[in-house]
Amino acid sequence: MSKTKDILISPIFANNPIALQILGVCSALAVTSSMSVTLVMCIALTAVVTFSNLFISLIRNQVPNNIRIIVQMTIIASLVIVVDQVLKAYAYEISKQLSVFVGLIITNCIVMGRAEAFAMQNPPLPSVLDGIGNGLGYSVVLIFVAFLRELFGSGSLFGIEILPLVTNGGWYYSNGMMLLPPSAFFVIGGFIWLLRTWKVDQVEKAEFTMAKHTK
Amino acid sequence: MASKDSVSRTVLVALVLCVICSVIVSTAAVVLKDQQVANAANEKKANILAAAGIEVVNGDLDAAFAQVTPMLVDMSTGKYSDAADVNNYDDRKAAKDPALSVALTGDQDIASIRRQAKLRTVYLVQGDNGIEKLILPVHGYGLWSTLYGFIALEGDLNTVAGFGFYSHAETPGLGGEVDNPRWKAVWNGKQVYATGSSEPAIGLIKGKATADSKHDIDGLAGATLTSNGVSNLVRFWMGKDGFAPFIANLKAGEA
Repeated sequence: MSKTKDILISPIFANNPIALQILGVCSALAVTSSMSVTLVMCIALTAVVTFSNLFISLIRNQVPNNIRIIVQMTIIASLVIVVDQVLKAYAYEISKQLSVFVGLIITNCIVMGRAEAFAMQNPPLPSVLDGIGNGLGYSVVLIFVAFLRELFGSGSLFGIEILPLVTNGGWYYSNGMMLLPPSAFFVIGGFIWLLRTWKVDQVEKAEFTMAKHTK
Repeated sequence: MASKDSVSRTVLVALVLCVICSVIVSTAAVVLKDQQVANAANEKKANILAAAGIEVVNGDLDAAFAQVTPMLVDMSTGKYSDAADVNNYDDRKAAKDPALSVALTGDQDIASIRRQAKLRTVYLVQGDNGIEKLILPVHGYGLWSTLYGFIALEGDLNTVAGFGFYSHAETPGLGGEVDNPRWKAVWNGKQVYATGSSEPAIGLIKGKATADSKHDIDGLAGATLTSNGVSNLVRFWMGKDGFAPFIANLKAGEA
């Protein structure tokens, strides 16, 4: 039981795909300027990684080794197209803001990484849990980033005004850089720093140490 | 049974997988197509209504849109045209098609759009005393992107009734302020043309326009190039290569 729980929970903080493995950062930069868009992206990615893990795990014993990556890609790509179509039909506004980034879930390293590293070796149930866990781990980071970016960049959360902007007659001068992708780098960096201060075992060993001065 | 790494098995797995995936993908695309087409159409209607300042009651777009009549205008003559079906005419597609558009020369093309469709869709709101509102499509280049929007004129065909963009990719917080409702509200009540002139006088100025100015719009702080782009595109579409001939005909009752 504890192992099952561990599969689900550990990717959220202990083995976070973005913060520890530094995977899937590109979409974390691109779609985190507002909370509602970010939430939809998180749901889309979690759905894709969960189902791709499920299907790949179901057929893992049938897949010839030579074409396993292509098989994984085909399944992931099909799922992403289905998700994209559903968003276009039922969340049109948000799908327009996400534009190409839903399609780019195909190349998101988290999805491929979990398929290759976990689903190919494990039965369906743990694979599904692993997919949900990693989706949540991704979501935690994205929501953290989006919260700070929307709050300080637009003075709002989910489009609802929190800090009244000067341009709307309030007092808050918005931080324009927070709305641009580079700010997400700093925020993710800050997240990783906080996480590693809390969980010291994630701190990597220095690649080299300075030698002492010699005469 | 052959081992799972044999050639025949590899081909079989690949084939079966491709068939299953393609069936799933195409099913999703076909089943959801109607909903997607309806979404795109609704979005366009909502943009037109927003530009005209028509309120949508209880989210019933179609009821609100029933007041609006789309018409095709021949840009060379400035008169209504029935050369195409207005309900199936796509302005953006036509502007790219050499057969349905004309290239603009460098002097004409102040909005940097390169080609102009020969026919354009305009939207009319008819009232008891003739035209109540005229909604014209406008687009042009800003700093990073082409801005697409609508400008609505009152029945006098000179006073702005509403203005807004529905698609652009300008810098958030700077050029992106074209979406700011407070800035858009500045347009309402401004005059496009000076009295007796058919050259558009409306445009963005540096800083804040004085309260009594008829043609000046507040510039966007920190977004000079977007501001210039907006001025240019409004002047182009309201000018002689844009809708000025049509507006003149409409005023004379000859459209």
